[in-house]
Formats: sequence, C-alpha cells, structure tokens
Amino acid sequence: MDFSLTPEQARFRDGLRAWLRDNLAEELATPLPPMGSREALQRRQAWQRKVHAAGYVGVSWPVEYGGRGMSPIESMIVNEELSRAKAPDLINVIGLNMAGPTIIHHGTAEQKQQHLQAILTADDIWCQGFSEPNSGSDLASLQTRAVEDGDHFVVNGQKVWTTLGHVAKWCILLTRTGSAEEKHSGLTYLIVDMKSPGVEVKPLVQMTGDAEFNEIYFTDVRVPRTNLLGGVGEGWRVAMTTLMHERATLGVALQVRSRIAFDELSALARETRDDGHARSDDPLVRQRLAQLYIENEAMRFNGYRGLTRMLRGEPPGPEGSINKLMWSEVNQRLMETALEVLGPAALLADGEPTAPARGHWSYGFLRSRANSIEGGTSEVLRNIIAERVLGLPRSR
Amino acid sequence: MDFGFSEEQELLRSQARDFLDRQVPTSAVRALMASDSAHDPSLYARMVDLGWTAIPFPEQYGGLGLGMVDMTVVLEELGRHVAPSPLISSVALAGMTLLHGGSDAQRQQLLPGLASGESIGTVALVEQSGRWDAHGVQMPARPSGDSWVLSGEKLYVADAHIADWMLVAARTGPGDGDGVTLFVVDTAAPGVTVRQLKTMDQTRRVASVSFADVTVSADRVVGGEGRGWSVLRRGIDRALVAISAELCGVAQRAMEMSVEYAKTRQQFGRPIGSYQAVSHKCADMLVAVESAKSLTYHAAWAVDNDVPEAPMAAAMAKAYASDAARKVTGDAIQVHGGIGFTWEHDMHLYFKRAKWGETTLGDAVYHRERVAQALEL
Repeated sequence: MDFSLTPEQARFRDGLRAWLRDNLAEELATPLPPMGSREALQRRQAWQRKVHAAGYVGVSWPVEYGGRGMSPIESMIVNEELSRAKAPDLINVIGLNMAGPTIIHHGTAEQKQQHLQAILTADDIWCQGFSEPNSGSDLASLQTRAVEDGDHFVVNGQKVWTTLGHVAKWCILLTRTGSAEEKHSGLTYLIVDMKSPGVEVKPLVQMTGDAEFNEIYFTDVRVPRTNLLGGVGEGWRVAMTTLMHERATLGVALQVRSRIAFDELSALARETRDDGHARSDDPLVRQRLAQLYIENEAMRFNGYRGLTRMLRGEPPGPEGSINKLMWSEVNQRLMETALEVLGPAALLADGEPTAPARGHWSYGFLRSRANSIEGGTSEVLRNIIAERVLGLPRSR
Repeated sequence: MDFGFSEEQELLRSQARDFLDRQVPTSAVRALMASDSAHDPSLYARMVDLGWTAIPFPEQYGGLGLGMVDMTVVLEELGRHVAPSPLISSVALAGMTLLHGGSDAQRQQLLPGLASGESIGTVALVEQSGRWDAHGVQMPARPSGDSWVLSGEKLYVADAHIADWMLVAARTGPGDGDGVTLFVVDTAAPGVTVRQLKTMDQTRRVASVSFADVTVSADRVVGGEGRGWSVLRRGIDRALVAISAELCGVAQRAMEMSVEYAKTRQQFGRPIGSYQAVSHKCADMLVAVESAKSLTYHAAWAVDNDVPEAPMAAAMAKAYASDAARKVTGDAIQVHGGIGFTWEHDMHLYFKRAKWGETTLGDAVYHRERVAQALEL
C-alpha cells in the first residue's frame, strides 16, 4: 500500500502545475461567456487546443492515436489538477471520455484515422444519442429505428438529454435494427454526421431555466454503412464500452469537483453570520460539513482502489457505481446545506443584486436534482450493485 | 500509487479466515459469551502462534516489524467472526501507546510480553463524564515523595478483567491536555479493584476500575509528567484504526449474511432479494462497507507512515465506520425479518459488537467534530 506518486509521476504533475500557472491566468482574465453563442464555443475549443498542444489531453490514449500511452494515474493527475486550478472544462467531454475510447476499442482503421485526432483537438465536437423519451433507465427498449438500405442505414426517431447536441459535428447513436422483442441483440451503434439532412436539434429547457441539453429528431437520415461501429446487432456490447468509460471517468472527476464545492461551502459557512456568530460555529452545521468532507474522502479512496485494480490488470470492481451513487447524494446534501447556511437569502437568484454569490448556490441546489438521474439513476445503480456485484436475483 | 494489499497480506487474510472459520464458529463465540470472562487463554495462545500479537511491534521487542495495515487485515477477520480477543486493547491500544511514548526501559520491560501474548495490557481513560477527550480525565494523581498516588474510578476499560497492567490517564495539573499524566499500573497492585460491567455485548467485556490510594513509582510515568495526553493520542489514533477495521469486518459479514438470506428466503413465491425494497438496502450496505474500508485502509497507511494528516484520517475512518456498522447490522436485522430479532440467530452478536465499536474511543459525532476542527471550521 502506497499513496505516493513515483518521481516520474510527480514530475509530470509539477510540469502540469507549472504550465497551468503560466497559462491559466490569461485564460481566466476574461470570463467565459455562457454556452449558446458562437464565441462561447470557440473560446472553449481554443482552450482544449491549447491544453492539447501542451500534451495534456488524452494522455492515456495509445501513442498511435495521438495520446501519450500513459497509465490511468497520469490521466487522474490531469483531471485533478485541471479541476483544482479551476481551469475551464475541456469542451469535447463526450468525444474524449466516451466516443474516443469506444472508437479505439471497436472502430475500423479508417474510423480511427478520421476521428481520433479531431476529438483531441476539439475540431469536431461530439454528442451522445442514447436516451429516448420512453427509454431512460431501460435503455435497451429504445425505439429509434435504423433500416439497412444498400450502403446506408436510414434512421428515424428521437433522442433526449443530448449534451452539446446543438454544437456537435458527430453523434454516437444507439439504434434499433432488429425487432423490439430482440431487445439487446437488436441494437446497432452508428456514428452520425449531425449536419446530415433530416437531423433537427431543439434545446431542452430544464428546471434551472438553462438549456444544457437538447432533443434530437431524426427523419429519414441516411448514414453510410462505413459509419457502423461494431457489427449490426452488436450495439449493446459497444454501448457498454461507452458507458463503462463514462462511469470510470465520472469516478475521479466528480470527486474532485465535489471537493471544490465543499471548500466553497466551508468558506460560505465561515463568512455567513447569524446573530454575530459564524454559521460554521453552529454544532449542527459543523457535523454536516464534516460528514460531507468524510464522504468525499471516502469517494476519493474508493476511486484509488478502483484505479489500483485497473493498474494491476484485475477486473473492475464496484467502485464506479458506488461513487456515482454516493456523489449524487453527497452533492445534493451539500447544496441543501449551503441553502440552510444562507437562510432566506438562499431564495435569491442570479439577476437579483443582493443574491449571494450571484445565485451560485440557488442554481446549484436546483441543478443537483439531476445528479441522481443523469448518467444512471440511483435506482438503476442500486440494481446494478445488487444484481451484478452482490449476485441478488433480478428485480421485477 | 498502489491502494491495495500485497500478496503477503492477502495470504495473512486467508490464513486468518481459515483459522477463525475452524476455531471460532459462532457456537464458540456464544460459549465464551456465556463464560465468566469471555476469554479463552488457549484460543489467544493460538492467535499468538499465528503471530498476530507480534505484528506491529519492532523486532527488538519480539515483534514482526510490520504495521497497522497488516493489523487491519487480521482485525477485519476477527470482526467478521465477532471473535472475542484482547488484541485491540492489548496490542493496538496499550502496545502502540507505549511503543510511541514509552521510555526505552519501559518498552524493553513491557512490549515483549504483549508481543508474545504472555501478558495483556489495556488503557484506562474514561470516567463518569463519559468523555473521551483530555478534559474527561479528572481523576487525580498526587505526588508523594518519589511516587504518585492515584485515587478515583475509570469506566469502560476494555479487557481490564484479564489485563496484567494498564496505562492509566490521571490529572496532575490544570489545562486539558497539559495536565494529564500517563501511568503504568499493575491490575494486581494494592488498592486496584476491577469489576466487570454488564453490557449489551458480552463477547467483549469492559470493566470499572477503582483506584483507592494506589501508589505508583515515578519510573512508571509514561512520556513525562503532563505529557500523557500527547502520548496517548498517538496510541489512540492506532486504536481507532484497529476498531474501524473490526467494524468493517462486522459490517461485511452482516451484509454477506443478508445477501445469502435474501437469495434463499421466499415470500409471495419468489426470493425476497428480487424485491427492490430489500435489494436496494443490500446495495446501500455495500456502499457503506466499501467506503468504510477505503477510509480505514487509508488511515492505517497514514498512521504507519506518520503523515501529518494521520490523526484526521483516523478520525474520519472511525466516524464513518461507526455509523456504517450500526446502520448495516441494523438493516441486516430488518432484511432477516423476525428470525433476525431472535436470540437464536447470530445477527444480534454483530449488532451488539457494532455498538461497542461505535461507542469506544468516541462515536461518530465526537470524531466529526475533530474533523471539523482539523478543517478549521
């Protein structure tokens, strides 16, 4: 058991820290405009390009596909350091964490050649077309239809909760080519050009008032057969690769974000005063904050245990599902605690001049309700743990 | 970075599990629970033969020169079997406190006995107030010539009824931490009376120990006058890891028993584990057990390497494992339904041991406050 980095890993981390010191201030000097404008997208693409040029994007991808062939530890270091420095997110999150690794695993030589480099440089933004209005947790019941027609598939259907759908060049799309009865074995995984005729993207306004997500409608969209990932009917197997990477990535990144949110909450509790006393002096607030910190540390060490398994070449353990489940509940409680600390001022939203932190906490409180739904609902995760880890019978 | 056990440690675990499966089935635990002392010297001697009492002591004191990470492996297995043994009080608490705070002479004199199992030690800390911090130490020690005289009562002293000696925290001056001095006192010394307390967990005995003008010579002061609390803290951090490890084992086994039962118990024509009300409870058990392990293993590594965050790591592990074990064993009773509430079923042994571990050396509320202080809240 050893929690220290090797000298090489420490050097790698220090190099990244130095690079961030030299480059981040300039990036943060002008606040990033909210997503929606062309400028907002270009700024974020330029930042990813810059990080890529410095050698810190896709570090654990194989060298032949533009990565540095490093271990998951270096990948974790990049995630931790970028988050800790409060660097802007890398815009091509679906491409880097889901589409890219799936293409590396299942793609043809041509597909790798065409897509991987453009994912790393954020020249091509990717989105994910999995969930449908009637297929959320029960993903394999999806109905978006792909019919073979010569060298093409013709796609009809609707997808929802599509992050970045409005700016994406490509979509990883899970479709049904077989009958509904075939369920998993009737699915096929396609790469779809979002500029194809028949693709329509509509913003999906969520309860925060923002439109982070989209709905995508496909009407007679022709997708060349060369954009098939895996074989016809192999979509479920390919999709599992995508989802496995989604959860593995979430494990590290979410914990780091949660830690940053915790530090902000601690500062808030120290600064907010009630009858002359800091809210952080209240024994109940102290208990809640300490518990949040402890659970956050538990997630960090769960993540390290998962990483160790990966490095030792052992099959993945339950850590990914455990951490997603824990994180969503911890983040919701964190936001609830922040609003309790603020008292009635918690109601004030961005736009109201006296709103604490320009409505940051009230927004976070609303946004956190999605945490236990997106990326696998807490109920589905509990099913996964019960059935696949504990071996309990399938629930009906 | 490598957050896992070595091959040797995995071997130690499987050897410990084999031994305890054979030697300490719950029928044996129940027999000891019904006995006068809940202690079987021959069983302890076999644990000694396996090297368990020697694990964290340096070789010069008859130890194996290993650490709390290795102890964690054994203690998890002991928890899994709710095995009665004074390993935590003697080795992790008294032994580690003396190792990190005693003089060379005291270590030479007392540690080899603990490592070889020939003697048993413990720590007498808590008093009537029930506080586990320095402020709770109010029992006075008066100077008298070259000696000290102790008068008062200590409570919840684990394994005092079978201990040969104990480290006794007493007040020798004002101030919370600065006024505490630690003494080595023989349990057979004149004026010392040990009385077992009847508690809910009769597999692990605790006692009240009264001191009626007990004279202790100056060479039995550990760490110097007024230095007792700082010495004790290092020992307590290690004991917190030890108790957390035992709690992990207790919770792990309670979860396994629940899952086994949920797979086989049929109601309304199907296994109860196919109902999400039951299966999701089991899933939450896994989240709690694995997270408790992660925090405990990290704390074990932290105390072994004496990193600055070790006290915080130990407090976090104890806070989380305390809550986790109470919740998991409680839910395990629920999953078992009526049978889980009977004396015949073993689950109450786990539920009660969880409560001992939760309470001893401070519960989750106490340790969360320590975490809050460390975070400068």
